[in-house]
This record gives sequence, C-alpha cells and structure tokens, in this order.
Amino acid sequence: MLNTLGRVVPDTERGFISATNYQSQERILIPEKAVVDKPVFLGSIKAIFDQYHITDGMTLSFHHHLRNGDQVLNQVCREIQIRGIKNLTIAPSSIFPNNAIIAELIEAGNITNIRTNYINGPAAIPIDQGKLKGLLLMDTHGGRARAIESGNLKIDVAILACPAVDYDGNGSGTEGLSACGTLGYAQSDLRYAAKVILITDTLVNRVKQIDFDGKYVDAIVKIDSIGDPEGIVSGTTKITKDPVGLKIARDAAAFLYQAGVIKPGFSMQTGAGGTSLAVAYQVRKMMIQNQIHGSFASGGTNGYYADMLKEGWIDQIYDVQCFDLDAVKSYRDNPRHLAISASKYGNPFEKDPIVNQLSFVALGATEIDLDFNVNVTTDSLGRLIGGSGGHADTAHGAAVTIITTTLAKARLPIIKERVTAITTPGEDVDVLVTERGIAINPRRTDLIDKMKNSQLTIMTIDELMAISHQLSGIPQAIKKPGKVTGLIVYRDGTILDQLYQRL
Amino acid sequence: MLTGIAGTLESNDAMITVTPADKLTIEVKSVVDAFYHDQIVKVIKDTLFDSKIANISVMCQDKGALDYTIRARLLTAISRMEEQNG
Repeated sequence: MLNTLGRVVPDTERGFISATNYQSQERILIPEKAVVDKPVFLGSIKAIFDQYHITDGMTLSFHHHLRNGDQVLNQVCREIQIRGIKNLTIAPSSIFPNNAIIAELIEAGNITNIRTNYINGPAAIPIDQGKLKGLLLMDTHGGRARAIESGNLKIDVAILACPAVDYDGNGSGTEGLSACGTLGYAQSDLRYAAKVILITDTLVNRVKQIDFDGKYVDAIVKIDSIGDPEGIVSGTTKITKDPVGLKIARDAAAFLYQAGVIKPGFSMQTGAGGTSLAVAYQVRKMMIQNQIHGSFASGGTNGYYADMLKEGWIDQIYDVQCFDLDAVKSYRDNPRHLAISASKYGNPFEKDPIVNQLSFVALGATEIDLDFNVNVTTDSLGRLIGGSGGHADTAHGAAVTIITTTLAKARLPIIKERVTAITTPGEDVDVLVTERGIAINPRRTDLIDKMKNSQLTIMTIDELMAISHQLSGIPQAIKKPGKVTGLIVYRDGTILDQLYQRL
Repeated sequence: MLTGIAGTLESNDAMITVTPADKLTIEVKSVVDAFYHDQIVKVIKDTLFDSKIANISVMCQDKGALDYTIRARLLTAISRMEEQNG
C-alpha cells in the first residue's frame, strides 16, 4: 500500500496521512506502573536477569543520555550474550558508535527487533545487511513517548543509567562521576515499564535534584562505572570555521530577521552541529544588536544557550538533554534552566508540547527533495546513519522550520528528486538555506510574500538542484535495494517510509 | 620508478598518481563511486586525450572532487612525472 507521500508501507500498518492527522486521533494512555514502596538493591547486572526473569522474547529499554560514553547498554548486552537469551527486542532511545556489541547480538539472533530514534555506528551495519531477523522501527523523540504511554511499545524491563541515586530510589542527572544533566528521554520508560531498574556508580544519602522519581523504581544496582565521561558530554562544540558554513548561518539568521521571526518574545531551537551552532550565534548577535529579548530555547542544549540564559537574552531553557558540561552546570545551578520529558517536548498528544511553541527551528539534512521531504535517517546509498531524534517533532511544531546545508557534500548533491528515505515530511519543512541561495516551500506563501523585496538570493528548490547538478554532474542511478529491514514511524504512529537491505 | 603525484585526501579533493605504462590503465577509488564512477573515468580519459597521452597508468583516490579538480590534479601529476623524466 502507498501512503500519501507515495511511499510503500506494509498493508498491516497505518500509512502516513498528514502531519496534522493526529488532531483527529484519540490519545491512548495505559495506566502508569504501580508505585513501589521501597526499591531493592541488587549486587550486579547479572542479578537483574535472575530477579526479573529476563528471558527469550522480552523487551528491554534504555536511554541514551550517556551518549557515546554509555556502558550500561553494553554491559547488559554482554550478560544477554553469556546467557544466550534469544529473540529480544531492545528499545534504546538512541544507539551510538560505542554500542558496537549490538552488532554481535544481532548476528547471533539474541536481538531480533530494535526500536530506537537514532542509530549510528557498527550496530547499523548488520541491519543494512539484512541480518536483523525482525524489524528496526525508527521513532521520533516525541513519538517514542507516545508509543510507550499508549502501550504500543510495551517494556518488560527498563534498565536506566542514572548518574546518582539515593536510598529512596530517587535519581539525579547532575551529581556523580558521570553527570550528564537532564534525563528527559527516559521519563516514559520510568512511568510505564513493567519493571524499572536504575544503574548507577554513585550512591548518595539524598539527591539534591530529582530527575527520576523513586516511587517508580523497583531496583537499584551499583556498578563501578556507568560510563566514560569523555564520551558522555563533549567539550563545548565549536562554531564551524568553514566560510561556507558561516555564510549559510548568516543568511539563515538574516532570513529569520527579515521574515519577522526574530522579534521580542520569540523562541528557538537549533541542532548541535557546527552550522546549527553558527546559526544560534548569528541570531544571538542580532538579538544584542537590536536589543531583542527572546522567551525560551529548547532541545538538547549547550553552553551557548546557557550563556544566553545567564545574560538574560532568553528567559528559560527547556531541556531534554545536555550536550556539554556547561549545559549540565547551567541545569544544575540555574533555576530557569528546566528539565522536560520527551513527551512534554514533542509528543503530539501532549496538550501543549514545547515544540509547538517554537518560533523557529534550524535543522540539518542528508537529503532534501523537490517536495521538501527531508532524510536524516540514511545516506544516499540507503545506509543507516542517524534518525529523526527530534527532527520531525520540531519541524512540525515550529512556526518556521529552516534546513541549513551545503548544496553538495563531497560532490554528492543534497537536493534530490526523491529522498532515499523520508524522516520528516515536506509539509513541515519551510525553508532551505544553502551557500548558493535560499528556497522557500511553495506552501508558505506568507514567507514568500514577506521576502519579496529581500536582498537575499531566493530561488526555487528546482533551480538550486539544477545549480548543484551543473557543478557535480547528475549522479547515476544506484543498485536496487533488497528486502525491507525497517520502518520509519512518524510521531503519530503512522508509517512514513520503509528501510531496505543494501545489496 | 617514475611517478607523478598531485592532490590530497581531503574531502572534495582527489589524489592522483600517474606512472608511465605501455597501455592505458585507470583505477578509481572514490567515496562517490556508486554515483560518479563513469563520470570520473570519463574526465580522466578526456584529459589524457586532450594532452595526447595514450599509454599511462592513472590511480585516482577521490574524496568527492569536482571534474575541474580531477582534471587539474591529473595534469599536475603528469607534469611532475615528466619533470622527473627531463
């Protein structure tokens, strides 16, 4: 069956209809897990398997707040391997290069289904090769919260890394050896998993800031180290020095200003990459120059936003996860730096998710097509390189969604007639800013009208594609893909696209 | 053995190595091979034809260079090879 974007989806699933279709759907909520009187302390990760009878066919969930330094998922995987448990579904909110052990468990049939919002690194390779027996389901951050609270993603045991835990089972993200800041992605797991285990390397009498409410916690395990601090939070991400990237950032900020988006009380989110950061920097410059105060910034946040908060250019930060140590510190010390759950952030069925209040979001793309559909899930060969994360959530919610990218990366044009896979539907993508020009989605007649007399180079996306073809040549067609390996699930649970084996 | 090398392995560049040979061999290793293999071979062949060189061994390690970069790197590699010859 074809969905409204013309993509093949399985007959057994609901195909994507539109980005606003959730408004005519009912929110489904399963009851929260029973409150736990007092958590038990277990001696090891091994003991969790015995205590909670983790066995073939179960679903285990994890979060990715320890990012590329996480050791908890890896240690659990090792125990699965030792016990030879089969046909497991794992549901980590993201999978990073350091979770390479997952590849072995896929090949051996320990893990047969995966549900995540982002996957990058060695774990993706056997999936591309068609070795995952079941399917890979790729959610958005907000969509994962919706899947859990509605019972669509049923979690038997949530195994949650937590930088510091006290004797009541309350957990904190800002204390301990592996402090990583807010713990927003795991809030649904905490409330709806049948069993919840916190894994920590730091036990304290009483945590100062409660990120995990102890009443949901069944057991606590203390291990030597939950993660490698080097990989957990990066140093402060640097603004790109690439002149092309800087020009794109300047033009994006100028566009936003001229379109009237940057005005008193506006709110913003940008990604963590160098160009996105440069956009944030340019916007901040504009705010200072014109004495414009914003209301809030959201997202994964970093030191630049922490500074803007401290200097009073924004009133609040709504933060699902911290990208660097300055953000962790800001969340710990600044009462206006607020933690939010993935659900409050981007679940379409929340009453007023933060993404819906955004004036603009600046995002990246590995591919964008003539209908403004964006791919950040695969490369142009169809190999997994990422996933939505909050891409589709913020693109839908924000009043203006800007994609910044160079016209080509290593010769390969970013604008395609059709993207290899759809992560974010084009109806939610408003503006494409490249080094050669800016294209506005024809749906946004209001923006086209506002920019009528702009000095910026505005052209159609077809014209931009023609320029990139002139420079790079038209790429030749690639080999047909193999069997279906996974599905890209839109935030409301409908299917945007399929993922395929690479032959 | 005589060789001429030009270019780098940086993104958007190509490193081209040429050696004298009694027949034409072109080897391409490219990050965009799936999309531009034929085009890269064509640029190399056209450049050699324009330079009136029929027999040579060309090794192109491409990191997504545009046609004019490949052409320039190839011409420089050839002249470096010829300098050694002289």
